[in-house]
Amino acid sequence: MLTFIRSGPVLKLEGELTIFEAGEARARLREELHQAPLELDLSGVTEVDTAGIQVLLWLKREGKAAGTPVPFGNHSPAVVEVLDLLHLTGAFGDTLVIAPTSHPS
Amino acid sequence: MDMDQVKQTFIAECRELLEAMEEALLGLEDQAEPAESINAIFRAVHTIKGSAGLFGLDPIVRFAHTVESVMDRVRGGQLALGGELVGLFLACHDHLVALIQGISAGEAEPEGLAAEGDRLLEALVPWLEGSVATLAEPVRPEVAARPGGTRDHWHLSVRFAPTVLQLGMDPLSFVRFLGTLGRMVHMHAILDGLPAGGAFDPEQCYLGLEMDLETDADRKTLEDVFEFVREESRVRLIPPQAKVEEYLALIRELPDEEHLLGEILVAGGCITEYDLAEALRVQREEEDGRKVGTILVQDQDVPAPVVAAALEKQKKAQDRQAGELKIVKVSADKLDKLVDLVGELVIAGASAQTRAAGARDGSLLESLTVVNKLVEEIRDNALSLRMVQIGETFARFRRVVRDVSKELGKAIDLEVQGAETELDKSIVEKLADPLMHIVRNAIDHGIETLEVRRARGKPDTGSLALNAFHESGSIVIEVSDDGGGLDRARILRKAVERGLVQEGAELSDAEINAMIFEPGFSTAAAVTNLSGRGVGMDVVRRNIDELRGTIEVESYEGAGTTIRLRLPLTLAIIDGFMVGVGDTTYVVPLDMIIECLDLGPFLESEENHLINLRGEVLPFLRLREVLGSPGERPARERVVVVQFGETRAGIVVDRLLGEFQTVIKPLGSLFQHLRGVGGSTILGSGRVALVLDVPQLVQLASESRAHPGRDLPALSTNR
Repeated sequence: MLTFIRSGPVLKLEGELTIFEAGEARARLREELHQAPLELDLSGVTEVDTAGIQVLLWLKREGKAAGTPVPFGNHSPAVVEVLDLLHLTGAFGDTLVIAPTSHPS
Repeated sequence: MDMDQVKQTFIAECRELLEAMEEALLGLEDQAEPAESINAIFRAVHTIKGSAGLFGLDPIVRFAHTVESVMDRVRGGQLALGGELVGLFLACHDHLVALIQGISAGEAEPEGLAAEGDRLLEALVPWLEGSVATLAEPVRPEVAARPGGTRDHWHLSVRFAPTVLQLGMDPLSFVRFLGTLGRMVHMHAILDGLPAGGAFDPEQCYLGLEMDLETDADRKTLEDVFEFVREESRVRLIPPQAKVEEYLALIRELPDEEHLLGEILVAGGCITEYDLAEALRVQREEEDGRKVGTILVQDQDVPAPVVAAALEKQKKAQDRQAGELKIVKVSADKLDKLVDLVGELVIAGASAQTRAAGARDGSLLESLTVVNKLVEEIRDNALSLRMVQIGETFARFRRVVRDVSKELGKAIDLEVQGAETELDKSIVEKLADPLMHIVRNAIDHGIETLEVRRARGKPDTGSLALNAFHESGSIVIEVSDDGGGLDRARILRKAVERGLVQEGAELSDAEINAMIFEPGFSTAAAVTNLSGRGVGMDVVRRNIDELRGTIEVESYEGAGTTIRLRLPLTLAIIDGFMVGVGDTTYVVPLDMIIECLDLGPFLESEENHLINLRGEVLPFLRLREVLGSPGERPARERVVVVQFGETRAGIVVDRLLGEFQTVIKPLGSLFQHLRGVGGSTILGSGRVALVLDVPQLVQLASESRAHPGRDLPALSTNR
């Protein structure tokens, strides 16, 4: 179960981002990207898998390609763990701040 | 499982390994590239240690461990393998042999061996790293890091199939699990394949992983991680360098049975059944049909050296099997029985022929001729079964020469020629001891010390040559050294001292040389550890006499000595030539006969017993006189000219009776001292004929010529 909460440029994802939500997430994010600028708040992501990571990376690349980069912030521990596991932090290029209350840069 | 039997297997295995170790050690000094031999030695010791550990044989484990540690330093290039170290390893080898021998006799560490073991361990200590190594704790040989592209961890390369996510599998879980098997040294997630825009299907997997994992897990374990995805995904496991060495060692240790290449690799743990199935599938699908080995190297990153080692193993197994097909092991008893039977067949055939000749039955004679021809062939074949090459006997002397020369501080090269020369197995066995004695003698007394050699202007390294070849129905074995030669003056002095010859007697060189074969005759100035202990060349001569052979010494003062043994090729059956004296029939070995003549026209000197054979003057003797046969000399006497070695002589007989296949039966002990007669045989008529000992007769004839007027010694002691 994944919910999207948009407030200004910040889109907060809450819930799981896995293969079950990947289709839905991609469709939603594609729409949200049209309303640039967009920032992603990942503090509410409780679980992420390969499919989820792929969606996030896809979003990152789409934003860059469209000239509207999408910064991610407030990575939840679940997201950090996976990025660490795959050594992908660099690929996303976001500053990782573990404290969930801080705002995205 | 029967422990005893397992232990027997262990002992047999150890012996084999120790033999291989000795061979490798001896080969080391001659090799430009000793790496393979060093590995062989290391493996032998390592395996013995491991197996001994299984049986709780602590003395062996402890000892082998230290040897292995030193050997490992040699292998790692930290120690150079010089003559001293090789000598030490040989001594260690001998100690291991003794230990294993003790175990087969039922003792864990036989009395007296412990001291030797301690001494050797002490000698090994200086070669160990640091000072004293801990002896009890087994150290796994660390493979030294090599410069240039060393991998000491597994490299895993995975490209997941697009469908894995839909199938409910998450690549992340594999990564997490790998983390529990070891340390992820490096990880690179590949997401280049992630399509942009609408082409991106969020439910497909685009992930690829390149991982370096430091782990002790084997290939199978790692592969099992990907068990459920590998059908569609591409998984490559590249072993660390250390693993490659381990595979190589494993493959070499596999038993030599015929395997397919893939099976060898699987057994070595370098690929799994799955890899093999995959490679075979690829092979089937490809049109050009690459070899399985090529596929494994190119597609699955199996290290090429591993495949090469496996191929070599496979080839070895095939060779061995091909060899096995050609060679059937038969017990010597069965062979002897066969030769005995063939002997009987020969006698029976001769008997049949005699009867047919007596009955004047032409067609029967004709049939018998065919039968006899076949019997002859069977005889030759049966005898050739017992023929073995002398090379194996010669090979033993490599170690002897090495040890003895080291002990005496002399550098000696051993040269072997004619190793493929064949002779009867029973002769080879009886020859080993006398040969050993001669070789030791040559090293000890023959070849001079370094100082003397230099003073004489000879090369520092002495040379010893073993040579074997066939010559007119005998085999000749020569042991030659380039030493000082026999000191005839001293031999003569000693012979006079011992009362063997009269003071002032004039002896030929050959006669003086022959003195060294007299009992208790040692001219060694110093009694060494090796020879000069009174057990001398007389024993050698007795052994050779028993084989109906002769010894000849050729010696040049200051230049060297050659001892030449001449032996009959076989002891059992010969082609004979029958001659008659009075009513008795004698047999002369055919291959020693040069020709047969009438005595009359060739007689040179009746008084000196000489015949003139077309300008060549030869001694002769009358068999009638030698053997004391009763009756008158016939008016027309015949001469059989025989040759033994380089000497020819005539044997005068009454009648020539023709060829005859002869089965030599040894004479009973009662007739052992009968000179001039070598054995007996049964004629076709059932009568017994004596087989003449040509070498003795030739010698006798020569002696009688050398000392004209001297009475012929009465040969027959039983009349």
